[in-house]
Amino acid sequence: MSPPTGAIALHGLTLGYDRHPAVHHLDGTIQPGALLALVGPNGAGKSTLLKGIVGEVPCLDGRIDRSGRADAIAYLPQSAEIDRGFPLRVLDLVAMGLWHRIGPWRRAAPYRDTLVEALSAVGLVGFEDRPIGTLSGGQFQRALFARLIVQDARIILLDEPFTGVDGRTSADLLRLIGAWHRQGRTIVAALHDLTQVRSHFPQTLLLAREPVAWGPTDAVLTADNLARAQALSEAWDEDAAICGRSAGGVADAHPHAHPHTHAHPHSHGQARDHAHRDAP
Amino acid sequence: MIDTLIDGLFGPFVEFGFMRRALVGCLALSLSAPPVGVFLMLRRMSLMSDAMSHAVLPGAAVGFLVAGLSLPAMTLGGLAAGLAVALLAGAVTRSTIIKEDASLAAFYLISLAAGVVLISLRGSQIDLLHILFGTVLALDDPALLLLGGIATITLFGLAALYRPLVMECVDPLFLRTVSRAGGPVHYAFLGLVVLNLVGGFQALGTLLAVGLMLLPAITARFWATDLSGMIPVSVVCAMMASVAGLTLSYRADLPTGPAIVLAAGALYVVSLLIGPRGGLVHRLIRPRHLEG
Repeated sequence: MSPPTGAIALHGLTLGYDRHPAVHHLDGTIQPGALLALVGPNGAGKSTLLKGIVGEVPCLDGRIDRSGRADAIAYLPQSAEIDRGFPLRVLDLVAMGLWHRIGPWRRAAPYRDTLVEALSAVGLVGFEDRPIGTLSGGQFQRALFARLIVQDARIILLDEPFTGVDGRTSADLLRLIGAWHRQGRTIVAALHDLTQVRSHFPQTLLLAREPVAWGPTDAVLTADNLARAQALSEAWDEDAAICGRSAGGVADAHPHAHPHTHAHPHSHGQARDHAHRDAP
Repeated sequence: MIDTLIDGLFGPFVEFGFMRRALVGCLALSLSAPPVGVFLMLRRMSLMSDAMSHAVLPGAAVGFLVAGLSLPAMTLGGLAAGLAVALLAGAVTRSTIIKEDASLAAFYLISLAAGVVLISLRGSQIDLLHILFGTVLALDDPALLLLGGIATITLFGLAALYRPLVMECVDPLFLRTVSRAGGPVHYAFLGLVVLNLVGGFQALGTLLAVGLMLLPAITARFWATDLSGMIPVSVVCAMMASVAGLTLSYRADLPTGPAIVLAAGALYVVSLLIGPRGGLVHRLIRPRHLEG
């Protein structure tokens, strides 16, 4: 029952830290070849969802089905925890993307053309031998995109890829994302700039811990939905009661020991009508 | 003139077998420890390795209690204790709120004190000094074989781990997303660190075992921009420090281990001043900046 290559199916997915859900009961399928924007206020669980998909954050409840091979997913974290003081050349950084092809021991030299091509695709011609510490913020982000190109993955997850990047660089990188989309790759990007989302991303998932809306961008990014997302995302309740809702309606091990009507901290009711709408 | 210089430098090695053995042992250590030190420094684990070197002591002390000043017993004990502390400190970090540096500090203080107490149970002050500061002038054949074996394992091991180890240093999250090698690589690297600490312990004693590991590695940072330069520079530094330290200790009748570490320290200070990559002198005399 595994989904087709490039698809990610989420079943009653709850992700979080310390039992507090940061993404709560998310159901839906990211179709192969989708170009999906993840939108929501700070703390809405956008990063957590991406980390959950790559396996950095364990599922508290529910599950994620994605097509099997490990090299299927490439992930660009928000502020990469990369040690930029490390004495490494730009070419070597990009060459990390070759891991699935060369592993720990095979030579990287035969792939030099691939690497140089990726660097020129992001506008970093002639930067091969520069130490990574000498790149500017935008150039470094371009280098990380070159590494994504080299990874050649079916699914690409981008966590706020344009933070701290100037207009020209983000326009270049958006063009690259468009090219990936035309190649049929699945792309999920957490973003803040709604204009960018409206003009470049056909689908949007609006998240505020609960999924608020998921579908065609124009239908999702309404003033109404955005206001509700803002209201939903605010509280982190230290004394939250144990959630009685089971994952995706399967095997309810703890059938509603307390009714949903009493002061429940996650405001299920408001988000529910949209919670289970799949992407088209 | 040149004759006196050569005689001054190499005379003691030509003349005495124990000096030649000490030289061979130190050169073997110089081949293996500094490359490990380069990675420790780049992973900001310099002080952690120092803490781990103290952890070798109680193991060696138990070996000493069982078998006296016997090389295999003390080596095995040190190896076991070092690995145990490295793993335990990692486990404590993962399962409690204590950070790795704090848990290592706790472990090494306990083990240093336990080691000294254990040795005092049976040995004399002299034995204690030997274990704390090493007996590089008394290296016998098994000890030399051990140091050579450690150097061989370390160089092959580093070559095999090189790519994932670099990735784990630069971008651990990326390595985690593309492969599960991160954990095993980390522990294999810690194993190499402990192996070299045990080797350093034979020559320089537990207190100075990291001397030939870290000082040359830190020195190399002032001379080379990338790993492929830093590793050879660090090895050459360690070899120079070994020769200079041994000669110095022979001529001036100084304790050998500390003399070698001091020689490495002198190289470090000189590099700090005149090293082309960020040396102090180059900050003072600044050439005009280039065209934009």
